[in-house]
Amino acid sequence: MTGVPKDCDPVITVRGLRNSFGEQVIHEDLDLTVCRGEILGVVGGSGTGKSVLMRSIIGLQKPDEGEVEVLGENMINREEDEAKNIRRRWGILFQNGALFSTLTVAENVEVPIREYFPYIDKKLMDEIASYKIAMSALPQDAGPKFPSELSGGMVKRAGLARALALDPELLFLDEPTAGLDPIAAASFDDLILSLQKKLDLTVFLITHDLDTLYAICDRVAVLADKKVIAVGTIPELLALDHPWIQEYFNGPRGRAAADTAEEHVGA
Amino acid sequence: MDRDPPQGAEEDGATYRMAGAITIARAATTAREIADEPDPLTIDLSEVRNMDTVGAWLVYRTVRDRNAKVTGANDQVKSLLEQVAEADKPVKVVPEERGGFIRILRELGEWVAEAGVTLVGLLGFFGATLIGFANLVRRPKRFRVNAVVQRFDVVGVRALGIIGLMSFLIGIVIAQQGAVQLQQFGAEIYTINLIGRITVRELGTLMTAIMVAGRSGSAFAAQLGTMKITEEIDAMRTIGVSPIEALVIPRLIATVVMMPLLAFWAMLMALLGGGIFVWLSLGIPPLTYIQRLQEVTPITDLWIGLIKAPVFGFIIALAGCFQGMLVESNSEEVGQRTTTAVVQSIFLVIVLDSVFAVFFSSIGWR
Repeated sequence: MTGVPKDCDPVITVRGLRNSFGEQVIHEDLDLTVCRGEILGVVGGSGTGKSVLMRSIIGLQKPDEGEVEVLGENMINREEDEAKNIRRRWGILFQNGALFSTLTVAENVEVPIREYFPYIDKKLMDEIASYKIAMSALPQDAGPKFPSELSGGMVKRAGLARALALDPELLFLDEPTAGLDPIAAASFDDLILSLQKKLDLTVFLITHDLDTLYAICDRVAVLADKKVIAVGTIPELLALDHPWIQEYFNGPRGRAAADTAEEHVGA
Repeated sequence: MDRDPPQGAEEDGATYRMAGAITIARAATTAREIADEPDPLTIDLSEVRNMDTVGAWLVYRTVRDRNAKVTGANDQVKSLLEQVAEADKPVKVVPEERGGFIRILRELGEWVAEAGVTLVGLLGFFGATLIGFANLVRRPKRFRVNAVVQRFDVVGVRALGIIGLMSFLIGIVIAQQGAVQLQQFGAEIYTINLIGRITVRELGTLMTAIMVAGRSGSAFAAQLGTMKITEEIDAMRTIGVSPIEALVIPRLIATVVMMPLLAFWAMLMALLGGGIFVWLSLGIPPLTYIQRLQEVTPITDLWIGLIKAPVFGFIIALAGCFQGMLVESNSEEVGQRTTTAVVQSIFLVIVLDSVFAVFFSSIGWR
């Protein structure tokens, strides 16, 4: 089942995607649609090509075959300096933050603004960086710090601040809570959810974190057997009897996360 | 977005009417236009179709700084204004820097202190490797033969091509430059003296050292530095494997053993290059060239070249490994340390070379 909701306004459309590294085929005939305003979680075992899928969508990885359309524009075979009007409309948080290590956090946030809107004066640019940093729930003294001086959770928040720099419509998050302690992970989930609501974002979220899936994802796409085998809400997925899905959601960790989510709803 | 004439009551002041999409794309223009409006200002947002946080920030900061009034905001705009108001916390962009003389003084002080620390550190590292060697002598079973052989290949065998080519060309250059000068006195036969003595005694070893520093010293620093960042070295320590024994000593031994071999190879190739040049250009046949070389190049020149080589190799490997082990935080540091390793080892090699030159002359090996 790869059902798309009826009222879906597609932001990302992937059709017939095929990716391979040498002999090893990662994706074969993969289809996926992301609708406007939703948080789509992407799950799958290690090595099923979740990050490769994201890299194909944002144009860092050239697929062998298939079509990728983002915000109505074809992304296949576009050079880095092409499709800038699309690149301006998305923000990406890489797994390890990928902050520029020679720049401070605030300067990192200013990089995309400087690139696309060089005419904005320095004062306004600093103010924009300030409120983006505050919105990402970083403490005020984080602005002039260098990435090497930040903790893991702060690196993710700083990466998020940079991803939000241009007020994107579309946000890509690659394992945003990996490597965070449960408290930091939960507060990062809350942050993503509240920003998504406030700024009306569409979020493409790769994760291993079951709590994140239960807490913030509207729909979940499951990657296995080189394609998206199912997309839907968690109850919909649980109704399927694919072994990996059952193992994933009904394993001890899956049950624990489900229980926590229920408690939250109850409370 | 045009300026409206004041309507109705006089105390209203100016009205700035925003319309359409007020986003980051229009931020610079909007900011300028707002700045041009006189106080007291009213901002009319009733025709705004689309606003992002940057647009909201421009409105918010006008309200905050100039006490402007806002009218006609719809719910979406109101919520954006609330959000940016919530996030209004001034953040510094760069760390504070003290300027001028104090900064120069501080940097100078830091530089001196660091030079001292590096020197002490290098000495300490030298001591640690000696202890490592001593441990290996006591327990030779812990000696990592495979690692050493692998380094022989990387440091020595794989460098043969580039070092051979470099030396061959240097031989030609020496012969050519020497011949041009000596021909003026009709003494071109002395070109052979020049080639023989300079390549065997000095350049063979020195150029090889520089090439090995650039090729292997830098690689050592980068490898160990990366292993520090990925915590591989910490992992080794916790398992009980000494990084000095497992990583540093194989590299040291490989470089010390390979340097004289590579230097000898470099000497041969330079002599070959020079010989081909004098044969083709000065018409001195190869047999004469070899005979003459034997006569004019004392065997002590070869000893000098070959004694220096392992010492240089030791310095290069030591500096490379030392700088690699100093890496602590990020990938930028790996690059810096690699550069420092090469600069430091070439500098030390040249300093030592001059010490050797004085020493060998004074013991009578002229």
